[in-house]
Amino acid sequence: MNGFIENRPDPDELLASLITEEEKSKRGKLKIFFGMCAGVGKTYTMLQTAQAERLKGNEIIIGYIETHNRKETASLVEGFELVPRKIYEYKSTSVQEMDLDAIIARKPQMVLVDELAHTNAPGSRHTKRYHDVQEILENGINVYTTLNVQHLESRSDTVAQITGTIVRETLPDEIFENADEIELVDLTPDELLERLNDGKVYTPERSREAIDNFFRKGNITALREMALRIVADRVDRQLHDYMQHKRIRGPWKSGLHLLVAVGASPYSGKLLRWAKTLSYSMGADIQAIYVETLHILSVKEREQLDKNIKLAKQLGIKVRIITSNDIVRAIVDFALKENITHIIVGKPRVRNLISLFRLGRFVNRLIRYSGNIDVYILGSDNQSKDKFRERISIPPFTSTIRQYLIIPIFVLLTSVVCYLVKDYIGYQVVSFILLFLVSILALFFGTGPILLAATLSAFIWDYFFIPPQFTIHIEQAEDVLMFIMFFIIALLNGILTSRVRRQEKKIRIREERTHALYQLTREFSLVSGIDDVTKIAVLYIEKYFRFDCAILLKNELNQLESQVNHDTKIKLSENEKSVAAWVFKHAAKAGKHTDTLPSADYTFYPLTGNNDNMGVIAVAQTKLFTQGEEQFWEAFLSQISGKFEREFLRNVAKNTFILNESDKLYKTLFNSISHELRIPVATIMGASDTLLAQSYSEETRHKIYYEINTASIRLNRLIENLLNMSRLESGRITPRPDWCDVHDLAHTIAVNLEHELLSFKLVTVIPKDMPLVLIDFGLIEQVLHNLILNATQNASEGTRIRLKFYYDNDLLTIQVMDRGTGFPTSELSSVFNKFYRGKEAKAGGTGLGLSIVKGFIEAHHGSVVAENRKNGGAIFTIKIPVKISEMDQFSKHYT
Amino acid sequence: MVSPDNILIVDDELQIRRLLEITLSANGYKISEAATGKEGLSMAATSQPVLIILDLGLPDTDGLTVLKKLREWYLKPIIILSVRSSEEDIVKALDNGANDYLTKPFRTGELLARIRVAIRQSKGPSESPILNFGSLTIDLANHTARMKNELIKLTSTEFSLLALLAKNEGRVLTHQYILKEVWGMGYIEQTQYLRVFIAQLRKKVEDNPAKPKLLNTESGIGYRFGS
Repeated sequence: MNGFIENRPDPDELLASLITEEEKSKRGKLKIFFGMCAGVGKTYTMLQTAQAERLKGNEIIIGYIETHNRKETASLVEGFELVPRKIYEYKSTSVQEMDLDAIIARKPQMVLVDELAHTNAPGSRHTKRYHDVQEILENGINVYTTLNVQHLESRSDTVAQITGTIVRETLPDEIFENADEIELVDLTPDELLERLNDGKVYTPERSREAIDNFFRKGNITALREMALRIVADRVDRQLHDYMQHKRIRGPWKSGLHLLVAVGASPYSGKLLRWAKTLSYSMGADIQAIYVETLHILSVKEREQLDKNIKLAKQLGIKVRIITSNDIVRAIVDFALKENITHIIVGKPRVRNLISLFRLGRFVNRLIRYSGNIDVYILGSDNQSKDKFRERISIPPFTSTIRQYLIIPIFVLLTSVVCYLVKDYIGYQVVSFILLFLVSILALFFGTGPILLAATLSAFIWDYFFIPPQFTIHIEQAEDVLMFIMFFIIALLNGILTSRVRRQEKKIRIREERTHALYQLTREFSLVSGIDDVTKIAVLYIEKYFRFDCAILLKNELNQLESQVNHDTKIKLSENEKSVAAWVFKHAAKAGKHTDTLPSADYTFYPLTGNNDNMGVIAVAQTKLFTQGEEQFWEAFLSQISGKFEREFLRNVAKNTFILNESDKLYKTLFNSISHELRIPVATIMGASDTLLAQSYSEETRHKIYYEINTASIRLNRLIENLLNMSRLESGRITPRPDWCDVHDLAHTIAVNLEHELLSFKLVTVIPKDMPLVLIDFGLIEQVLHNLILNATQNASEGTRIRLKFYYDNDLLTIQVMDRGTGFPTSELSSVFNKFYRGKEAKAGGTGLGLSIVKGFIEAHHGSVVAENRKNGGAIFTIKIPVKISEMDQFSKHYT
Repeated sequence: MVSPDNILIVDDELQIRRLLEITLSANGYKISEAATGKEGLSMAATSQPVLIILDLGLPDTDGLTVLKKLREWYLKPIIILSVRSSEEDIVKALDNGANDYLTKPFRTGELLARIRVAIRQSKGPSESPILNFGSLTIDLANHTARMKNELIKLTSTEFSLLALLAKNEGRVLTHQYILKEVWGMGYIEQTQYLRVFIAQLRKKVEDNPAKPKLLNTESGIGYRFGS
């Protein structure tokens, strides 16, 4: 049986695969009409195809079409519903854009959107039209669109090489690759030129200009070849996928894994594109690595790096960032770990001997360490301008002006002191003092000021101290040597110290981040409840990122609710709330500093848990994150989302548990209570009926009366218990403690249970020095009532029931002991459960008595345990923390 | 007995009224009935009962309001008979002038006993300054008490407490009431005084202090002297 079950597919997996299938089918289909350049008739073909579809009865509308005043094209537009364009006012000009919301609201079967690579006007929701198209697709609407080969991200370099025109509007390859259908719209170069000459593409003047520049026959042929090859590659790959999917033996995926190393050079972009193309033709997967070293990137370099990483993401290449001082080691280690088969690195431009040497060393080491991993070294070219200088090991001069001003003061002051005492110590010692000063300063100042200090002190030493004084000229050879050495040592000192400091700083930052994450995780592990988690999340974000944030979470219905933290400066407007809703729906960031809705005041990040979107966080982020910060931020967010998800799941589990419990309770209540209620009612009804029906002897009547009386007492007890239980369940039990003499308690119970205790011997033990205790008399009376009643029901007649009180160390202990059957050991833990009934219990119990005991004792912050006595019988021990009366002394005084 | 004592029952439950009527009639009382508070108030004025049994849960007015209105002019005993069983409700009713309180379900025997005590007390305190309870004798005039004719040593507070309870034999007195009467207004929260003194008194006047017969505890409410 078990084996059978194991062989069946995991239902969760099955469900997951069904969901992906379903999602795929829900998403609209994207068809791209793909051409080598403008004028080949993409829009025309698209409209023609759409017309044919329309005749088949499909509902197709036009989202955005540019007819370029071409007559044939314009005539094809007729008959389609046109979504009016939205007008954006931008710097006193108005720009027309596609109205995304109107299209989604209209929800046709298909929409036609021209020029996929178009850049939207500022103020639009997305910066790029392909973002718009993605959103349309997500809404289950099919899209026809057009694209030229030069707009494809991975080909833009090559296009620039061929045509000499740099293409600004590019489309991530991913979008193109994931399109459901590509239709190539092709024309021979001659036909295209003819069309141009006929003025079918541009106006005659523009045509001539275009033919002279872009539309040279050579260019067109090259672009055409590129477009044809891309489509051919795609067909090839589809065939592979198909064969693989259908398990047809044949060329499998190559099993090749490429790794491309990127840096902060503009040349890395070309490297990435080339690597991507290579991975296409090899059928290999590809990832990129960036090795973060001690070298501090300049602002320009950092921007370039960000651009490169963004480009990689656009190309669908995953980028891993690794911190290490040894680039070669880091790359090779990573490659070995990830089973990389090919490493692709760029060849930096060789400018001088040093860089040639460095390059050689780099390449040699890479080849030596990489073992049987193939290494591709790609040459740079003159096309992409290498704007940055080679890396030199000197750190950037980023110190403040103030530092440059303070440094000379230190040097001059020291020099003056040295000058005053130079006759006693000699000019050579002065050099050591100055060197010492430079070393000390290096601990506190940046590289620039230290270089200044080194130079200045060298000059001062030469001019004022080395004989002949007050000249730069040095007479003795050893002084010249010493001067040169002084200068070199001062320089090295300064540079090395600041290097160490930078390294320290970097390590410190990294440690701080690790520590912060650790702290956050630790704090999260200590709290539960959405409110507390929110509080901690907000606190930590403020502490480590120094910006305000607003957290919005989803509710049970999976809708984004309003803000959960209110003590923040961020107050979201209606517009911003809709941005948040967008982020929540799409699980992608938006707002300021992003491509989507960049005009918002805040940046919105989704809180994505393992399975679900938990909500959205809006932050008042002032600047873009650097790579390191972004990683840190993402780690932070994933901790926060994870915690929120756990809290949600916990709530769900709790609710389910409560639901199950209440269901169980209801059933037990039904079974137990209906029985318990009916028995006494039946007795009363039957007995009184008998009395009414005929007359009996005095003795018989008396017996019947007695039965009625007993039944009604039993009924009353059940009702009392049910009422107490419901008071407990509703949390309405709050003890109202008052001073209590436990003698009173014992006596009251004895009196109330007089009838039940007739055949037992109740022994009460109270120490002589028992103080007054602060408890709720009524509740504890009920507790003892239930326990003693329980004892009378379980013990055999004639045995002793002991009730023992004592007080010790702020704790009131009450014990109830009987000589009954005790509890089966396996049931000891469940005797206080609702509706627990001992297996051999006498009829008449409800199974509520002991759970009420527990409830009332817990309301007193006390505890109660049930145990079996050594010589048979049960013992209940109650411990309640109590205050005792200071009247003790007082009472002793009086007695 | 010239004419039977008239008892007014204010209760909206017909079954309870019927049960009370049977029980009380059988014990020689005359019964008038009212099903609402309004009716109860007018019946109290017209039928001049020697005692009123009042339910707190009435359909038109709250029983407590009826109690307060009755107490504006009606000086004879009122016994509350209600399903409301919380100490809070009981104390509130007693503080607002109810002579006694029984919760439903109740034993008719107990109700009859309470009625007897209440009527007896309403007929004015005993002329004699000497009160006898089995082996205990209290001399109110001389501030002394004797057990089996032996003088017992009592402090003045202990005597005041004993006398107060004894004079109200059979009637429940709330903690606050006792504290106010014996110690004074400033002490009505000091229940621990009361506990300590009651414990001491029990040792002195009860035959068996562990099973008191005279100084009975009404849990959470107060004390009742005798049964």
